[in-house]
Amino acid sequence: MIEVRHVGFEMRNKSLLKDISFNVQPGQFWAVVGANGAGKSTLIKILSAELSPTSGSVLLDGKDLKKHKLRDLAKMRAVLSQQNVISLSFTVQEIVLMGRYPFYEVEPTQKDLEIVEVCLKKVGIGALKNQSYPTLSGGEQQRVQLARALAQIWEIKNGVLLLDEPTTGMDLLHQFETFHLAKELAAKGFSIVAVVHDLNQALQYADQVLMLKNGRSYAIGTPEEVLNERIIKDVFGLPVKIVQSENLSYPVIVPDVPMVSMDY
Amino acid sequence: MLAEIAKEPDQLTNAASVKRLQLPSSTGKMSWILGSLLFACVVFSACTGALSISLAELWEIIALKLGFIQETRVEEQKSIVFWVIRLPRVCLAVLIGAGLGIAGASLQGLFRNPIADSTLIGVTSGASLFAVFVIMLNVKYFSALNEWVGVYGISFVAFVGAALTTLLVYQLSKITGDGGVTTLLLCGIAINAFVGAMTGLMTYLADDAQLRSITFWNLGSLGGANWTSVLAVLPFVGISVFFMPYLSKALNLLVLGESQAGSLGVNLKVLKRKVIILATLGVGASVAVAGTIGFVGLVVPHIIRTAFGPNHKTLLIGSALAGSIVLTLADTLSRTIVAPSELPIGILTALLGTPFFLYILWEQKRKRL
Repeated sequence: MIEVRHVGFEMRNKSLLKDISFNVQPGQFWAVVGANGAGKSTLIKILSAELSPTSGSVLLDGKDLKKHKLRDLAKMRAVLSQQNVISLSFTVQEIVLMGRYPFYEVEPTQKDLEIVEVCLKKVGIGALKNQSYPTLSGGEQQRVQLARALAQIWEIKNGVLLLDEPTTGMDLLHQFETFHLAKELAAKGFSIVAVVHDLNQALQYADQVLMLKNGRSYAIGTPEEVLNERIIKDVFGLPVKIVQSENLSYPVIVPDVPMVSMDY
Repeated sequence: MLAEIAKEPDQLTNAASVKRLQLPSSTGKMSWILGSLLFACVVFSACTGALSISLAELWEIIALKLGFIQETRVEEQKSIVFWVIRLPRVCLAVLIGAGLGIAGASLQGLFRNPIADSTLIGVTSGASLFAVFVIMLNVKYFSALNEWVGVYGISFVAFVGAALTTLLVYQLSKITGDGGVTTLLLCGIAINAFVGAMTGLMTYLADDAQLRSITFWNLGSLGGANWTSVLAVLPFVGISVFFMPYLSKALNLLVLGESQAGSLGVNLKVLKRKVIILATLGVGASVAVAGTIGFVGLVVPHIIRTAFGPNHKTLLIGSALAGSIVLTLADTLSRTIVAPSELPIGILTALLGTPFFLYILWEQKRKRL
């Protein structure tokens, strides 16, 4: 469980985040949305203890994040960040096994290797196991990283998964599967916080949405409460319409602007 | 349906019911191949030289010493050459090669940069500066003490210089930067340039005799090898080679990036300090007794990576073994190629290393296409 209390973050006298508070309960999938530069990635970095907040505090399992040891944190939460460039030719299996490093000393146990197997299959890259990571496409690499994060918290009860734009570079099917997987993990009791760019995905999958604007929490609540036409217009500066199609069980957000006229 | 994934069971299978999962690992194979190769090189190097020793003679010399046989027909002279000159020199080559190789591999891992080696953190330039300083003073003022100060004084002072310069680079990177590895790299470059300039200034002021000593020192040589220098280097390289492999998991994680490594429990500050201390121990001691020997720390890890993969568990041990092999062979060549004179080993490693390095780069590119 993550408890964020009045967190603020300043860098060189510039306030990047101010007075953010929310609670992530086990089993919840939180989506963090907002325009570019709103502080989404900074928030993920604070939640992952890479940065420490300049004011306020973050509690993980009721204990201040700063008081957890790095090694212990590695056994509670996994982080998937945006940039994942690896130039050395590690195999996919070796990369995913790195998620198990905090759990063994010298040699991986059978259990570690089995978890790697299951996680590879979970993200649909079982067949790429022995391929060299740099030869994969961007979307495939992102899935390897997801499998690595998954392997890290696979057997943790109420583990925490922090995702910074997890579906970057993935094709439509794998974007769907990634969110599907996140939902499935949440159902098992994991707490998930993800930076999501596609508002439709946030609307469709998230349990709770945190909307950031200029480092402040602009709106917070269920997707239906937060993702309405007025708030999206205020935060992104783009008028949208929320369309409820009779063939779909969920509404769809579409830009509400006239088509670009080509005959000028 | 949608995915390969949807139907897969999430439960871990019962270990007993499936085949044992294996992690493809080349560590065992690598140790075996390189270990035997090193042994062969050591024997070859011990037998080759101005006074040639055959394998049978070598066996008798060793067996006599160990008490397996009581008498031998091998001339006493060969036995003395082997025990007093050849063997310590081969041992020194093995130690220094291992120290340079493992330091190069671990620093390339730490900096996540394939062109990093021990010169970058100031070990080599610092040792050079202090050694040149001693050579200048020595020739000028301490000619009476020459014998003693000349041999051990330079080694000791060079080691101190290596350690001090590295410490300076490290502390400077802590003050000026956010603790990241890039700052360390930049500080290393800056301090190297400064120390290089100081060395250059002294070289400029040096007279002919001093210049000759300085040049010879800068090109590196194992000519001064004896059991004392072997025993002096052994603990430093030993600590470096023994403890560095414990850092291989953390160095692997660093491949994912500094922040991802942090989220997997790597404390970058501690890791950085450990790698630098261990690398400086090994390289500092090596440079102190043999001068600057370039290219081994840079090229050897590339060879191992190309042959056995980038996993640091294999890479660190492999680079130590391969470094020993390369230096043993290079030293054998350096003392035989222009016999009875000796070619400085640094010239040989760079001369042979460069085309080989280019070949590796070309090969890597070819593989990628």
